[in-house]
This record gives sequence, C-alpha cells and structure tokens, in this order.
Amino acid sequence: MSEASKNRPYTPPAPELGPGQSSYTSITGAIGDVVFTTRTPLAWFVTMLIGASLLGILQIAVAWLLYEGVGVWGLNVPVGWGFAIINFVWWIGIGHAGTLISAVLLLFRQKWRTSINRSAEAMTIFAVMCAGLFPVIHTGRPWLAIYWLFPYPNSMDIWPQFRSPLIWDVFAVGTYLTVSLLFWFLGMVPDFASFRDRAQNRVAQVIYGMLAMGWRGSAFHWERYEMASLLLAGLATPLVLSVHSVVSLDFAISIIPGWHTTIFPPYFVAGAIYAGFAMVLTLMIPLRALYGLQDFITDRHLDNMGKVMLVAGLIVAYGYFMEQLIAWYSASVFETFMMHNRMFGPYGTAYWALILCNIIVPQLLWSKRIRLNTFWLFFVAMFINVGMWLERFIIVVVSLHADYMPSSWDMFYPTIWDWATYIGTIGLFLFLFFLFVRVGPLIAIHEIRTLLPIKRRKG
Amino acid sequence: MNERATTQYGLMAQFEEPQQLIDAAKRTFQEGYRRIDAFSPFPVHGLGAALGFSHTNLPIVTFICGLAGAICGYGLQYWVHVIDYPLNIGGRSLHSGPMFIPVAFELTILFAALGTFFGLWIRNKLPMPYHPVFNVPAFSAASQDGFFLCIEADDPLYDADKTRSFLQGLEPIEVSDVAP
Repeated sequence: MSEASKNRPYTPPAPELGPGQSSYTSITGAIGDVVFTTRTPLAWFVTMLIGASLLGILQIAVAWLLYEGVGVWGLNVPVGWGFAIINFVWWIGIGHAGTLISAVLLLFRQKWRTSINRSAEAMTIFAVMCAGLFPVIHTGRPWLAIYWLFPYPNSMDIWPQFRSPLIWDVFAVGTYLTVSLLFWFLGMVPDFASFRDRAQNRVAQVIYGMLAMGWRGSAFHWERYEMASLLLAGLATPLVLSVHSVVSLDFAISIIPGWHTTIFPPYFVAGAIYAGFAMVLTLMIPLRALYGLQDFITDRHLDNMGKVMLVAGLIVAYGYFMEQLIAWYSASVFETFMMHNRMFGPYGTAYWALILCNIIVPQLLWSKRIRLNTFWLFFVAMFINVGMWLERFIIVVVSLHADYMPSSWDMFYPTIWDWATYIGTIGLFLFLFFLFVRVGPLIAIHEIRTLLPIKRRKG
Repeated sequence: MNERATTQYGLMAQFEEPQQLIDAAKRTFQEGYRRIDAFSPFPVHGLGAALGFSHTNLPIVTFICGLAGAICGYGLQYWVHVIDYPLNIGGRSLHSGPMFIPVAFELTILFAALGTFFGLWIRNKLPMPYHPVFNVPAFSAASQDGFFLCIEADDPLYDADKTRSFLQGLEPIEVSDVAP
C-alpha cells in the first residue's frame, strides 16, 4: 500500500438511496408510477413482443416434443443427457442470486440489498419455473412423470427411489420454488396495500385489495411480520445452498469421469451465485434506465454487485483449476483423458470460450471504473451468462460423449428443437419478468421507506 | 354520550413523523389504555414495545413445523424403503440413513417455511375483508406516508370526550371518529 493511499481520508460509502428521493411520498410515487402510469415505455412493449414471440416458439417446440417424442432432440446413446439438463442447471443457478440477495444479505444486514431484492426474487421464481420445465418435459410423457417423481400411494404400489439424487432434485427444487414464492409474496403484501390505496381504477383496487388481504400496517402485525421475514430468510439461506449442492450431486454421485468429484457442491453454488448476479445486472441495468430508477438502484449497487461477481468468479476459477489439478493428481487414465479431451478434443473451442467468458473477461471487474460504467458492466455480465451456460455444456456433453469405452463414443449435435426449447424458455422468462415489472411492486417500497429516516438523521 | 361510544369503533389520531407516533403510543400506554393499535407504512422499531407488545411465538411454530418436517421426511423414506417396498440391491442395507438426509432436510425447510407463513397470517388474523379503520378517509395514507394511533371504544378507560381531548393533547394532525 502506498503512502498516498494510507493517508487518504476515510470516505463513507455512498448512501443506499439517491439524492432525488427525499420523502415517503416521493418514494411511493416513483415506484408506484411504474405501474400506475398511462404511458408505458415503448421499450416495454418491444421486450414483451420479443418475450411473447419466443414463448410461442417454446410452445411449438414442446408440442412437437410431446407429439413426436424425445427423439426430436439430439440425444444419442453416450450422451443421454443433453440440453435439458444443461438448461435446467443454468436456470436454477440464475435463480440463486435472488435468494442470496433477499435472504443471505438480509441476515448480514446489508441495507443496500433493499432496492434490488424484490426484482431479484422475481427473477428467482421465473428462473426456477423455466428450470422446472426441463425435467418435466424431458420425460417425454410428463403426464406419467407424476408417479416417477412424487411419492404418492398409487394403484401400482410402487414408490420412487429415494436413494437417487434425481429424486432429491424433485424435493430440493420443489421446496425452493415454494419457499421462494412464500417469501416473495410475504414481502409484497404491504406493497400491495400501498397499491390498493393508490389505485384509481376500480378493477386495480379490487385486485390489489385481494392481494393485500386487508393489510392495514398495524404495529402488532409489523412485529410478527418482521419476525416471519427473518425466519424465512434463515430458512432460505441453508435451502439455497442445499439446492445447487443437490443439483451437483446429480453428477457427483455418478462414476462418469469429470463428474465424480467432491468439489462439485461448493463449486456449483459459487457458479450459481456468479450466473445469478450476472443475470440480475443484465436485467437491472436496462430497467433502471428505462424507468429512471437511478435513485433506487444507485452506482453503489452496481459497484457491490460487480464485487460479488468478481469474488464468485474467482471461486469458480479455483474450481476449474482444481479440476485440472485433480485430473493430473489422481493419475487415473480416464480422468486425465477427460481433461485432455475437454481442452483439445472436438469440443475444445467451447472450453477455451468458457475460460475467456468466465475467467479472463471478468477480471475487468477489478477496476472500479468498469464496475461503475453501466455499459462495461453489462458487457461483462453478458459474457458470464454465456460462460456459465458453456460450463454446464462442457460438464454434461464432454464427459458423456467419450467415457470409458471408446467403442461407444459419439458426438452430440443439438437439433433445432433443442435450440428452440432453450431460446423459448428465455422468452418465457422475459415475458413473466416484464409482466411483473408492469403490474407488481418492482422495488420493496416499505423497506425503502425505512432507509429514509436514517438518511434524515445523518443529514 | 355513552351511547355514542357503543356506535363507534374508536378514535384515531394521525401524526406526521414515526417518532411522534412512538411518543404518542408510549403516552397512551402509560395513561392506562390497552385496546390500542398503531398503523404505519413501514415497520417502526420500538412501536410494538411502546404499545405493550412483548414477543411473538412464531419462532416456536417454525421450530415445531420444522421438526415435524424432519420426522415426516425421514419417516416417509424409512417406510417406503424398509417396510412397504424393500428392494434388495446387492445386499445393501435397506435403512440407508445418509441417503435419506437430503429429502428429510428439504422437507424440514418446507414444513418450517409453510408453518411460518401460515402461522403469521393466522396470528395476524388476515386476510380480513373488512376492518373499521378503513372507514377513516385519511387512513389510506397508512400505506403511503401517514402514521396513525387508534384507541378502541371497548377499552375500559374509553370515554368519547376525555379520550378525544387526551388525543388532541398529543399534538396530532387531526383526530377522527372511526365508524364501526
């Protein structure tokens, strides 16, 4: 550390709330106006159009899959798991940032989370919905999947195999979706009450009134409400860690080279946080510009999210390095071959693209100027979105396509239906997210209000 | 005058700032009123304590539900794999405890979360389609920027005139009648 930086006077962190918001009324107004406006931005319609079009593609892809069977996908005998599991893991990972922001940062009393938690939770729920679609449709006959997946006393008198990580997945993802929905709804009740009292339109009053369930802001209610939020955050924190650990066990419990490693659970969780924060930034940067929310999602938020991404990225980089090291150190011919095949085999380009996207480009985040520049931050986040998808592609496809028996090796080529389903879920996600932006409280209004008195006291 | 008290839910005073509401709540509680409630657009720390709120049993509900989830989760797997549908796979033990942990853990979280969520709404007596406080026109501000204190008419100390003048003494923006 240089002399100059040692002597630099202490500067307190930037406030969580921008200078434009000075009263309870202005906060409620600014967030409520996103919903109660007569002028919806054109960009919203354009995004919805893109989302709805891609959603249409998803419907066609799923309909064709159900009609024709899973043969429409590019799966073959060594590569029995293809895009469905890649996309499942990718979407679940994206979801994790929402829970991290809403639950883990709540427990750590990070006040800056307040303005981004609601939209990040919405992102979680929609991402988990997209994720959940894949295991359901990959069965080819989802109407039968109910007895494969859920333990209910059926007329055939058979039960699922609880020793299989695939059943653990059902419970982990099911619980995750349920708890995320409860937490999300719980947080929105007081904001629905704000909307109920703000709405001019009778239909809006009735709908928001029902969602608010008669919330009146009683002090006794708030006491229990805060306790419930804390308890749910405390439950969601171990849950979020368990979900991606269980997802990683789908791989780690098998004996495929490149999958059978103990580093998988922590490395998957770090990857999930990495991908999730990248997606939060991908959504927040355009949204804040679109709706002029710079006072709520301030430069400090972008800076902090950039830092979290950098840390998660370094853990992921450590995971890649460890995989290399163990492949060499194990002295197992199959592990060594797998790693060599990953780097220099037929899918080698994907591996180097992964290193570029997930390790090299994110090093830009060391610079505060990059973290504060929305264009560059968005740029890095897009690289990470792609990189995390490539990571799952490499883990799934490269390990499977050339395992123990060279006679059974084969290549995996995704078909147009693989791509259509994947792109389609992006449409589903965009459609749901922007629908929520238009009709729901995008920012936790009641939590933002609590930031105000502190600021006044300081000022 | 007493007749008016029976046809009324109570009296409500509106305040400008959260700190004023806390001070007013403390004064009201000291005065001996117990059927009181305060309303704010966000959780105001210290307001519950000022109104005599001691603690909530919600954490116990969470714990019991979590425990029930753990027992159900483990018990379900034990019942399926040891009792109802035993499969001999290479002579491995039917009761494979470590493999039962993930599902038992997830169900612990699920039951605890559901218990917390529904416990909260049951204790708060919500959803409630009708409540007299909404009859006060200014009360719509309770979800925006208003801070309210209500003394209910069924409080033993309640007297329409005395309570009104007591509330006036707390320097509110205004005091309104709450129709039942």
